[in-house]
Amino acid sequence: MKLIAAMSGGVDSAVAAARAVEAGHEIIGVHLALSTNPQKYRSGARGCCTIEDSHDARRAADVIGIPFYIWDMAEEFHQNVVENFLQEYSVGRTPNPCLRCNEKIKFEAVLDRARAMGFDGVVTGHYAQTKEGPSGKTLHRAVDPLKDQSYVLSVLTVEQIAGAFFPLGDTEKVDIRKEAHARGLAVAQKPDSHDICFVPSGDNAGWLRDRLGSDVGPIVDQDGVKLGEHKGAYTYTIGQRKGLGLTVPTVDGSPRFVLKIEPVTNTVVVGAREDLAVTTMVGEKPVWCGPAIDEAPRRGLVQIRAHGQPLPSTYFFDGTHVFATLDDPILGLATGQAMALYEDDRVVGSATICQTRS
Amino acid sequence: MSIYLDHAATTPMSSSALEAMTAQLAKIGNPSSLHAHGRSARKDLEEARDRIARAVGCLSREIIFMGSGTEADNTAIKGLFWKGRSSGRNIVVISAIEHHAVLDPARWLEEHEGAELLVLSVSRNGVVDLAELAELLSHRGDEVAVISVMSANNETGVIQPIREIVEMAKPYGIPVHSDAVQFFTKAPLSFSDLALTALTLSGHKIGGPLGIGVFVLQAGLDIPALLHGGGQERDIRSGTFNAPAIVAFAVAVEESMNNFDERNARVQKLRNYFSTAIVATVPGSYINGGEADRIPGIVSVTFPGTESDTLLLLLDAQGISCSTGSACSAGVQRPSHVLLAMGHDDQSARSTLRFSLGASTTQEDIDRALDILPSVIEGARLANLR
Repeated sequence: MKLIAAMSGGVDSAVAAARAVEAGHEIIGVHLALSTNPQKYRSGARGCCTIEDSHDARRAADVIGIPFYIWDMAEEFHQNVVENFLQEYSVGRTPNPCLRCNEKIKFEAVLDRARAMGFDGVVTGHYAQTKEGPSGKTLHRAVDPLKDQSYVLSVLTVEQIAGAFFPLGDTEKVDIRKEAHARGLAVAQKPDSHDICFVPSGDNAGWLRDRLGSDVGPIVDQDGVKLGEHKGAYTYTIGQRKGLGLTVPTVDGSPRFVLKIEPVTNTVVVGAREDLAVTTMVGEKPVWCGPAIDEAPRRGLVQIRAHGQPLPSTYFFDGTHVFATLDDPILGLATGQAMALYEDDRVVGSATICQTRS
Repeated sequence: MSIYLDHAATTPMSSSALEAMTAQLAKIGNPSSLHAHGRSARKDLEEARDRIARAVGCLSREIIFMGSGTEADNTAIKGLFWKGRSSGRNIVVISAIEHHAVLDPARWLEEHEGAELLVLSVSRNGVVDLAELAELLSHRGDEVAVISVMSANNETGVIQPIREIVEMAKPYGIPVHSDAVQFFTKAPLSFSDLALTALTLSGHKIGGPLGIGVFVLQAGLDIPALLHGGGQERDIRSGTFNAPAIVAFAVAVEESMNNFDERNARVQKLRNYFSTAIVATVPGSYINGGEADRIPGIVSVTFPGTESDTLLLLLDAQGISCSTGSACSAGVQRPSHVLLAMGHDDQSARSTLRFSLGASTTQEDIDRALDILPSVIEGARLANLR
């Protein structure tokens, strides 16, 4: 097949491209320039589209022996990922920009362009697997549970999955590094990237404050009694305990946690640990990675964070919303996050959490 | 089969220049040394300087060898600015279509040295606006430290009115520099006849080697240096002479002068044939600067509804090498400042390719490129309709 290998300049995407070549595909390497104002160097584990990274990607492509280009997707990235991130926070939700990037950039903008140019799909260094089944190509977890990235891919439609190629899903990360070394790829020892690539300082709260302003507002308990002040409601996360700066202690001295963020009134609501408990979550705008489910409740797993535990649950779809009831309640769940549904290791689909119930 | 249509980026070394270079590389001796080995190398170097001077229409002592055209441009802009500033002139005037080797040092002077940078607009055809310059000079001519306008633009090939600019600057005593990296050997050039103050040339654009630039600076004029450490070239440029590259450059220059008329006529004819055929076969496409005087080898074409990086990838896959315009250090394609200055918007600037032909380009190359081009444009238009 003719495939585009998306190469970030990191070890995973380099090995993925090399494996795709070895599998007999015709590969062209593409580095996505996602920042309109790229930094020169990467600082630690943050950022993934510095100028240095594009050089690393180019060198990897040379070593592998494939043509290499840089595609400027900065505008698409800004509109679909960065703006969306800000918009979501400004309405009190907690988005996952990596999910959004996979959905809108790597497997939409890039895949569409690749297909229009006569390519069959896109190869990435994600840790996930696809399998051919009776109902077409399906998405599955990687064998390395610590690196599994199926959660951030759970927003892909069947058609997107058809054009997605993940050559690393059957291997553990430690072996990928060894393989990169053996293949002579200089990126073998490059640190993994974490955090949000467009917040190079890693100071998410500060980055949001700079862009959304920092209006001081009240921190209240569930009865509306003011306990303190905050410096911008959206810089808090549900379940957060530290850094609240409350001056009124609880009667029994027990800690308080952020329960709710209300952007309209610029209020942060806090309460006791048990008030964070969530048993049922409701998701909107579902995406199915295979056959859609229906109103018949079924047993499976729900995952709510990129590297979170799969939670045993019963879920169904009423035609508009996805409902999942957990066997055991969890503490602190923010709306705006994705709930990914699994059937064993297969990704059934995902939806954006719009409501939680205790 | 591969077709190289990016001669304005770099063009192959001529075989005689390559031969001269390898022969010189085998010789012992630093041209600055006093012994026989050194004197022999010096003699080769100075002969090369004489030969280049003859082709450029300047005095031998006006030639200063440097490491690149970029270094020569930097020396010209910064050196002439600093010299002017010492007599109270603080303005740097450049055109909106200068190469980054001029644009960036000018901006650097603005940011770090307190220079006032004034940028001349160009017409839709990419020619510098002389009325704007006249207006500027009539008000502030006494404050201008340097004017720098390229002889021909690297993206469109459009020739600039250097003679007129020098004439206009003369009453105000303003030094004029011109980057002739693309122009040299493609159209007649005489430093003394133009009465320029300074000129930039580069080896690898004319069949000479990489790593050699020539800075021509009016005899007797002294400007501050960028590099210090030996003062080999009039104290304006230090560093051991790159004799092999200099000698090879001289050979390439002479060769280009010897075949000047025949080569330029042939390249121009091919370029015009190519341009006409593109516009005829690709609906909506048009040539940038097509109505202006241009050097023979360059054609800038806009293909509406495409992205140039998609075009480049698809052409590359078919063995055709061309360029999307000036590449950015990040490798990210920004819309070309040259095209924007000519009235393009971001979108149309991003839909433009530069093809550049050279001495080795053949009719067969062009015909083959013309066969491939329409389907590539079609593919890129589809890719853009997402």
